[in-house]
Formats: sequence, structure tokens, C-alpha cells
Amino acid sequence: MELTEDQIQFGEVVERFMADKSPPTVVRKLMATEEGYDPAVWKQLCEEVGLAGTHIPEEYGGFGFSDVELAIAAAAMGKHLFCGPFFSSAVMAGCAILEGGTDENKEALLPGIAAGTTIATLVLDSLDKVEEVGQKVTADGDVLSGQVPIVIDAHIADTLIVITADGNGYALFSIDKGADGVSVRLRESIDETRKTCEVTFTNAKANRIGSLDIVGLNRLWDRLVTFLTNEMIGGAKHLLETTVEFTKMRFQFGRPIGSFQGLKHRCADLLMELELAKASAEYAALCYVKGTGEPYVASMAKNLAGDAYTNIAIAGVQLRGGLGFTWEEDTHLWFKRAKGSEVLLGTPHYHRERMMTIIEEAS
Amino acid sequence: MPSREEIIEEAGAWLEENLDPNLSLVEWRSRLVDGGWGSPRWPKEYWGRGYTTEETNVVTSLFIRKGAVPAASAGSRNLAAETILACGTDDQKKRFLRGILTGEDFWCQLFSEPGSGSDLAGLTTKAEFKDGKWVINGQKVWNTSAHHADWGILVARTNWDVPKHQGISYFLINMHQPGVEVRPLRQMNDHASFNEVFLTDAIVEPENLVGAEGEGWAVAKTTLSYERGGFGTVSDIECEVEKKGRLYDEYDEEMREANEPYVWYPQRQGRVDLAVPRAQATGTIKDGAVRQEVARLISMKRGAELAARAAKAKVRSGSNEIVSAGSIGKLASSFVARQGAKVHTMISGADSLLKGEDSAEQGVIAEILVSVPAISIAGGTDEIQKNIISERVLGMPKEMRADTGPFRDIKRN
Ligand SMILES: Cc1cc2nc3c(=O)[nH]c(=O)nc-3n(C[C@H](O)[C@H](O)[C@H](O)COP(=O)(O)OP(=O)(O)OC[C@H]3O[C@@H](n4cnc5c(N)ncnc54)[C@H](O)[C@@H]3O)c2cc1C
Repeated sequence: MELTEDQIQFGEVVERFMADKSPPTVVRKLMATEEGYDPAVWKQLCEEVGLAGTHIPEEYGGFGFSDVELAIAAAAMGKHLFCGPFFSSAVMAGCAILEGGTDENKEALLPGIAAGTTIATLVLDSLDKVEEVGQKVTADGDVLSGQVPIVIDAHIADTLIVITADGNGYALFSIDKGADGVSVRLRESIDETRKTCEVTFTNAKANRIGSLDIVGLNRLWDRLVTFLTNEMIGGAKHLLETTVEFTKMRFQFGRPIGSFQGLKHRCADLLMELELAKASAEYAALCYVKGTGEPYVASMAKNLAGDAYTNIAIAGVQLRGGLGFTWEEDTHLWFKRAKGSEVLLGTPHYHRERMMTIIEEAS
Repeated sequence: MPSREEIIEEAGAWLEENLDPNLSLVEWRSRLVDGGWGSPRWPKEYWGRGYTTEETNVVTSLFIRKGAVPAASAGSRNLAAETILACGTDDQKKRFLRGILTGEDFWCQLFSEPGSGSDLAGLTTKAEFKDGKWVINGQKVWNTSAHHADWGILVARTNWDVPKHQGISYFLINMHQPGVEVRPLRQMNDHASFNEVFLTDAIVEPENLVGAEGEGWAVAKTTLSYERGGFGTVSDIECEVEKKGRLYDEYDEEMREANEPYVWYPQRQGRVDLAVPRAQATGTIKDGAVRQEVARLISMKRGAELAARAAKAKVRSGSNEIVSAGSIGKLASSFVARQGAKVHTMISGADSLLKGEDSAEQGVIAEILVSVPAISIAGGTDEIQKNIISERVLGMPKEMRADTGPFRDIKRN
């Protein structure tokens, strides 16, 4: 992707912030806490960098940048395993409101999200398949019932955005986490850098804030997938780099292990895989912004990135030997993020199937 | 720098005046080349316009849309042209570049030898300077197009007493002479596009040495970088005019005859374009396993194109990543091709064995299966690309060497 000067500078600002505030020591500290993030750093990120408003239009308190900037930020956050409600609040909830909320509700909800003073999250009752969204939570008028097994950051959210089936389309609701009939239970997960909760609604009264048709829901899904994919690329690239550096320093048989052709070729294959995924992920962001490209770009990027990151993560552990399998060494933090990202919003397998459905519909 | 609009206006006006379907192919290409539109990226003094890649793309798209037959560029002639342009003398550029673009001269690449392929610098074809001329003795092999080439780019050893990379020189050799004997080789896919070439007291005039004596390795690397950089290009622009007249007839004939040995080339890339139509036609599109592999194939192919495009954009804006981009692109094209062969095998099943008019896609499917193995060998094997990527891009340590010191003393085949 050819970036403008401003975009390059923006990337540098985010990268500096992340490198400074999210080193592995901090990631380890935060993942061991229940909250999973540092409110002071979150405040700084939102106030000083204004990051949560990146893609939110100026009229709603954001900067009105495009999803290309969002992708740039994603890569930096993925590289440093940033722990904070950016994906859940600014991206998932923010984009859901942007895609489906009425103007009035955008005005009411987005400024807080853009400023980072409100933490919101999106209750997607399927994180596996877009076709299955809206089946677990039902709305009777504006009263919600149902249980959702995985909601990112619900435990720290102020506001939950909920999507339910509604005729041929979908209804969008918002509800305070503290409202009657809402219960949130923090869950244990292998990826503690991204906290997940179970959310249960028992006759909980919500506000209807908008609607999405099927096309809109798919567009939202693609947008979230594209962000996540670019985040994965940032992590994958970094992990491959540190792995290669390790092979240059570790000596066995009187030579650096990185001089063994078996390892060199494995790393070359991984770099190739990464390059294809990276180019596709950046392209998907650009396509979203321009409204161009093949209708399956997001699924294409996610399936490539899902396989690439996981393969890089497996090699990341393998090439470090016993050290790689320890808790002490940092590699497992990326390994777990890789796994977590591979399966959220659709596995590579799912996205390949989705591509085929889209291709068949188009022909 | 001209704007997009200015380029389109100037090129459009030139086409208006010069494109005539009743010209012969050579007549048309002569006009094209002398007008500076054959390779606009080249410098003005050598039939170009000094355009950037981007500006050249504007011209290319316009010419495709207007049905203008392009300058000759296929195969090794392109490698020869780019190498001469980058490393040749002014006199060499003046003598050779025009004939390459007009298609009057066909070129081949005389690099590989029976004893040295991947290890190209281990070559043993000998060049000696006698009576004011270079005299060449040795054997080359796997040389695509040599059987109908007029000229060859040749690497040969001129010094045996220095380390191997330092004793090589680079020549332009006339293929029409008694000392050059070309024998076509039958390939596993039953075509014969490559050859073996025997050089017995073959002559190269002194003015056809490229670069200095003993400095041919650097020139050869330039050739190789263009060979690998050529992967992953695409064009989906359609022609707007009806192609009728002598020009198009001769062009079709060139495509049919001169390119006959190369009809299998699209097949070696795995024919990704046929995957969905074939899966639909056979009903295998309903098979979940097939769907997975087809989607994987399309993702890899498109990902490779996008990565190549991104790499080129980088090279344009001044970074020096041409080598790495070429090797990653070439490696990716092997992966895509193999995935293509796998997909077509799944889709066609036993039918994929059959050749002939009444078989799947008139034998094209069978031809994919037996042509794909070429792509991971030709132009530097996958293993060599991985060595390059790991050492030059990732900076991993080099292999331990068993081939240092004077070439004379190195163990070889
Ligand atoms: C269709 C086709 C067209 C061709 N056209 C031309 C042409 O026009 N002109 C021309 O000059 N040549 C041409 N070639 C030759 C091609 O460049 C060589 O075949 C190629 O470089 C490999 O060399 P080789 O055949 O000697 O195999 P070798 O070098 O002997 O390799 C044998 C095996 O060993 C592996 N290997 C070798 N070295 C290493 C290493 N350091 N590390 C790991 N593995 C290694 C290789 O990857 C390969 O798998 C063509 C080849 C094909 C198939």
C-alpha cells in the first residue's frame, strides 16, 4: 500500500506510543489483572493521540480518517499486543453504530466512544459466522433475552451494543451494562491479552438505536475482519522478525542455528506467506475505503492472515526450542494472540467457504 | 513530467496517425519503435521516452484498448534488452535494442550447463581471446528458444586462476555460425521449448563483450534480477476495436508459430482462471473440500499479485528491494502453480489424465499437471529463491562454502 506522508507520520506516532506503553513487561502485568488494561494509558491514548476517534467522523467527535489509518493503527497494536478496549469499543461498537445507527443515536453515542470516555463493546452472538448472527439473543420489542458466550471486554464496558434478528434484517440496540437483566461473567481464555466475557440478557430493556440489512451486516463484519486482519499482520511480522533474530544468535554444532538450511527455508516460506497476507490485508482496507475491489477481499485477507500468523507462531516456538515453550519467554504471548485472532470473526476455513459463496453469487 | 492526460493525448494522437491494420508486422513495429512508443520506459536516446513505470503503464493500457500490437518482448529477448540497456556500451545499445523491439531479432539465454545450474558461477564453458576474437568452447543446456534464436546472451569462463565469480565474462553471441549447434530437447510435457547448445570454436567479436573481461558475474546478476522480477504481472484491460487486417493476421501467426513451443506456458502457472468455471461445470463446486482448495488457490494468486504490486510501488519510490521482491514473487508463483495442479486434479479426477481434443479442456488440464513442475526449476529453483530470501532479505547466515579459492581447484561434476 502506498501511503501518504500524513499516514506515514500517523503510523509513527502510534508505533512510538505502543512501543513505549506496551512492552512485553506491561502486557504481562495487564494480562494477569482482571480488567486487562491500564485506564491511565487508555486515557492518554485517547486524549493525547486521539486514537479512538481515528475513523469516527468529525461531526461525531472523531478525526474522520479512513480505515487505512485504522489498519495502520491496527498493525502497531498487533505488533505490541496492546491491551486495551480499542478493538472492542472504537472499532467493534463504533463501526456497528456507524454502519447501522440512526443519526440521532450516532450523535448520542459516538462522541463518548471517540473520546474514550465511554467504553462500549459489540455483543455479536456469533463470532464464528456472519450468517449466524442474531440467533442467540432475541428482542421482544426492545426487551432482550439470551446468552452470548464470547463478548470482548464486556467486563469493563459501560455500554453494550447488541445486534438481533429483525424480520429480513437486523435491529441494533444499546444498553447499559449495569441495566436490570444484564449479567456479565469474565471467562478464562488462552489469550489473556484480549479479555472475553459471557453476557446474559434476562428480559433486559434496551434502546433501539438503528437497523442493518443483510448487506449492512456483512459490510460491518468485513470491516471488523479487516481491522483484525491488519492487527494480525502487525503481530505476525514482528514475531517472524524476532524469531529470525533468535536464529542468528543461538549457536549449536558450532554455528548459528540460522545457518541451517532447514530453518532458513522455513523462514523464507513464512516470509512469503506473510507478504501475500500483508498485501491482501492492506488492500482490503483500501477497498473498504474506496468501495472497490472483489466482494470477498476481507475473507481472502483473513484466511491468508489466519494461516500465516498461526504458522509463524508455531515456528516462533519451534525455532526457540525448549525456551520457546516456557512461560518466561515472550513468544507464547504472540502465539496465543495468533490463535485467538485466527478463530475470532471466522476461521480461515470459514472464510474460504464464504469466499466461494460470494464468488458463486457473483457468477 | 507529463500528466496522465498529456500522455494519453500525445500517444492517442500518434496512434490515430500511425496505426494502420494494413501494415506488415515489422513495418508497424518499426514505426512504433522509431516513434518512441515501443518501450517508453527506456531513455530517449534508445527508442524510449524516459517514462517512469507508472507513465509507461498509462501508454500500455491505452495501446491495449486501441488494439495496437505491442513491441516484441516475449521470452529471453526481454532479458537481453534490459541487460544491454543496463550494462552495455552505447554502441551495443544502438546495434541491438531496436532489433529486439521490432521483433526482427530473436534471443536466447545461454547460461545453464550440464555441470552447473543453480551454481551458475561454477560454469566451465571456456572463452579465449585469440587473433582479435573471442573463441568459445563448451556446452550449454536447457536453453529456451535457442532453436530459433538469432542471438544469445552467454556467460563463459575467461580466467581459471581466480575465485569462481571473478573469472566469468558476459558475451552477446551470434547463433547463426558454424560453431553453434542447437539440439532441441523433449520435455516431460512432450513439448520442446528448451535445447542443448554445443559451442565449438564459436566466435564472438570483441565489441560484443558486455562489461569488462572477468566482470561478467555482475552483468549476469542483472539478467537474473529481470528474470525473477517478471513474475506476477497481470493485465485485465480489454481491447475496444475489432482486430482485422494484415497486421493482426501476421501477429496471430507470430503468436501461433513462433510461440508454438510455448503454448504450455500458461499451464505451468496452474491455470487459476479455470478453477471456478471447471468446478461449476463438473459440479464439484458442491464439494466442501474442493471449495476450500479453490478459495485457497484464489487467495494465494491474488495475494501474490498484490504483493508484487506493493513491492513494485516500493521500488518505484526509491528503495532497493528489487531482488527480494523478485525472489518472493517467484517462490509464490511456484506455490500458486502447485496449488493449481492440486485443484485441477481434485476437480477433474480420472479425466485429468486424458489428452487430446475430446478430453477435459482439450487436454489443457492434463497439460497443467505435467507442466507445473517447470516453474519451480526454471529461472532459479525454489530452493535457490529460499536461500536468497533467507540470506538477503532476512539476513540469516550464509551457507558454509566449499568453493572458495582458485576455480581450477574446486571439486565439480
Ligand atoms: C522449462 C525450463 C526452461 C529453462 N530455460 C533456461 C534458459 O533459457 N536458459 C538457461 O540458461 N537455463 C534455463 N533453464 C535452466 C534452469 O535455470 C536450471 O535448470 C536451474 O537453475 C537448476 O539448475 P540444474 O538444472 O542444474 O539443477 P541443480 O542445480 O543440479 O539442482 C538440483 C536440485 O538441487 C537443489 N539445489 C542446488 N543447489 C542447492 C542449494 N545451494 N541449496 C539447496 N538446494 C540446492 C536444486 O534446488 C534442485 O532441486 C531452464 C529450465 C527449465 C526447467
